[in-house]
Amino acid sequence: MSIEVRNVTKRFGDFTAVDGVSLRVPDGELVALLGPSGSGKTSLLRIIAGLERPDAGQVLFEGQDATRRQAKERRVGFVFQHYALFRHMSVFENVAFGLRVRPRRLRPSEAEIREKVRGLLRMVQLEWLADRRPSQLSGGQRQRVALARALAVEPRVLLLDEPFGSLDAQVRQELRRWLRRLHDEIRLTSVFVTHDQEEALEVADRVVVMNQGRVEQVGTPGEIFERPATPFVMRFMGHVNVFHGRVQNGKAHLGPLAIAYPEHPHQEGRPASGFARPYDLEVAREAGADGFWATLRRATPAGAVVRLELEDDEGALLQVEMPRERHAALLPELGERLYLQARTLRVFVDPA
Amino acid sequence: MARPTDEPRAVKALLVLAALGFLAVFLILPLVLVFAQALEKGVFAYLAAIREPNALSALRLTLLTAAVAVPANLLFGLAASWAIARFEFPGRSLFLTLIDLPFAVSPVISGVIFVLVFGRLGLLGPWLQAHQIKVVFAVPGIVLATLFVTFPFVARELIPVMQAVGREEEEAAVLLGASGWQLFRRVTLPNVKWGLLYGVILCNARAMGEFGAVSVVSGHVRGLTNTLPLHVEVLYNEYQFQAAFAVASLLALLAIVTLAAKSLVEWRAGSGARAQSGSGGRESTA
Repeated sequence: MSIEVRNVTKRFGDFTAVDGVSLRVPDGELVALLGPSGSGKTSLLRIIAGLERPDAGQVLFEGQDATRRQAKERRVGFVFQHYALFRHMSVFENVAFGLRVRPRRLRPSEAEIREKVRGLLRMVQLEWLADRRPSQLSGGQRQRVALARALAVEPRVLLLDEPFGSLDAQVRQELRRWLRRLHDEIRLTSVFVTHDQEEALEVADRVVVMNQGRVEQVGTPGEIFERPATPFVMRFMGHVNVFHGRVQNGKAHLGPLAIAYPEHPHQEGRPASGFARPYDLEVAREAGADGFWATLRRATPAGAVVRLELEDDEGALLQVEMPRERHAALLPELGERLYLQARTLRVFVDPA
Repeated sequence: MARPTDEPRAVKALLVLAALGFLAVFLILPLVLVFAQALEKGVFAYLAAIREPNALSALRLTLLTAAVAVPANLLFGLAASWAIARFEFPGRSLFLTLIDLPFAVSPVISGVIFVLVFGRLGLLGPWLQAHQIKVVFAVPGIVLATLFVTFPFVARELIPVMQAVGREEEEAAVLLGASGWQLFRRVTLPNVKWGLLYGVILCNARAMGEFGAVSVVSGHVRGLTNTLPLHVEVLYNEYQFQAAFAVASLLALLAIVTLAAKSLVEWRAGSGARAQSGSGGRESTA
């Protein structure tokens, strides 16, 4: 079922958590709401679920206004960050809860409930833990019980709040892939909230980057990563070197860099910033065009790449990544002067 | 550097003895004396004092008062603690302070307030008289005063428990389609039941033992408006020491039963938590 959010605003006292957000989630897609803490992503998710009422705007399910619909009538599956399992019930009863609280005429028989819960526990690979209490499970197991519980009521959409937030790195990796596979199987429209850009890029069909209650950019992981729409997205998607300066007469003077910038042919100059990822900076011993000299301060091997830290003549630090083979061929020494060129530089002119 | 627990044995022993001695003199000795005095003239005299019609009437009134005050404050406590733990509303902290009011004022004052409001010359006095309703110096006054005095027990016990449990489980239940009643019965209540029971026990103990407020509004009509504590006082003032202690022993027994129930609740609640964490440890080695 498709979800649409129109101009939704939510305030808590003086704080505007969600600020006029509009968003469409097509049927069957897995969408990530990505942003730093306080960006309004969890508030937006809770508004979609019906746990919070927006101060303005609408939430539509399948084109129908659901803004006034109660949370219990929306048929959304929700997985909480800290799982929110019923602590006094067994794993089995947790998963069965949504079926047992149905009105009598809609309630499945005991045998059907049993069948269904067993099936769900098998799907999350926890059938052998059916009689345990939540407190006896590990974090990853609890997470999967929470998911099975949410799916038991056959929700029309699945919402997950920082689903992997409180798990350790390795379990998180496994669960991510597992969630992606599960989604490919059941194709349930899903929205999950995360502050981890790697997680969003790896799992989601589409990523919504949020900042200060607003949507910065919506796109596929490839689009978000390759063509960030704003400086915020550029910075948030991973480490980046920033050069501040001006654009004028079709040229950009950004820190030590001077490059052509035909997008701004005007006489009157404007402040701007240039962004280059660590792997977009080229290091050489000889001088070239449009580059600058810097001194090598540190070199750290990191898998297939070597991370270099250089200091330019203004004292600013730059991060560079180069393939291991290239590093082995060049073998720069600490304190050596090297010439830096930006292979790709993304320029953002400051808004007027 | 000496750690605080590195004190010599003698110091430890002295401290323990001091605490135990204090306990013995001020708590256990009086309790023993109550029963010793009550049985001073033999079992028959003891039974006679208890079977005396005024004593039985006092016992009935005490049980009636508790039977009204405890369920009423149970409901109030649940509602108040839920509202305070789950919602932000204007006047929330004022509400929290008001719940504590009966703890803050002397019970005698609360009794006097009831006389001022419901008494013959009080605020509602003329109206009540016109409708032939007697509150002060009658059973309704005693129940009202007890309600007031025992007001905070359940709510005070439940608020921290509700806050610790948090609201996520309730939100999860709502999203799974639970109605308000199902939410309360299947999720909220099981999570707070031990705290609730504990509050009820304390509330009951106070409802049965309250003296000050009840004394002011009761009027001490024998066989009609005397509760057990008031009856004890009447007997004592009439120099019927043995009878006074016999009736007092009833109250003491109620207290002992209450304490036993309280320990049982604490033990059950504690062992429940231990069982869960204990088997959690087993799971990791399996």
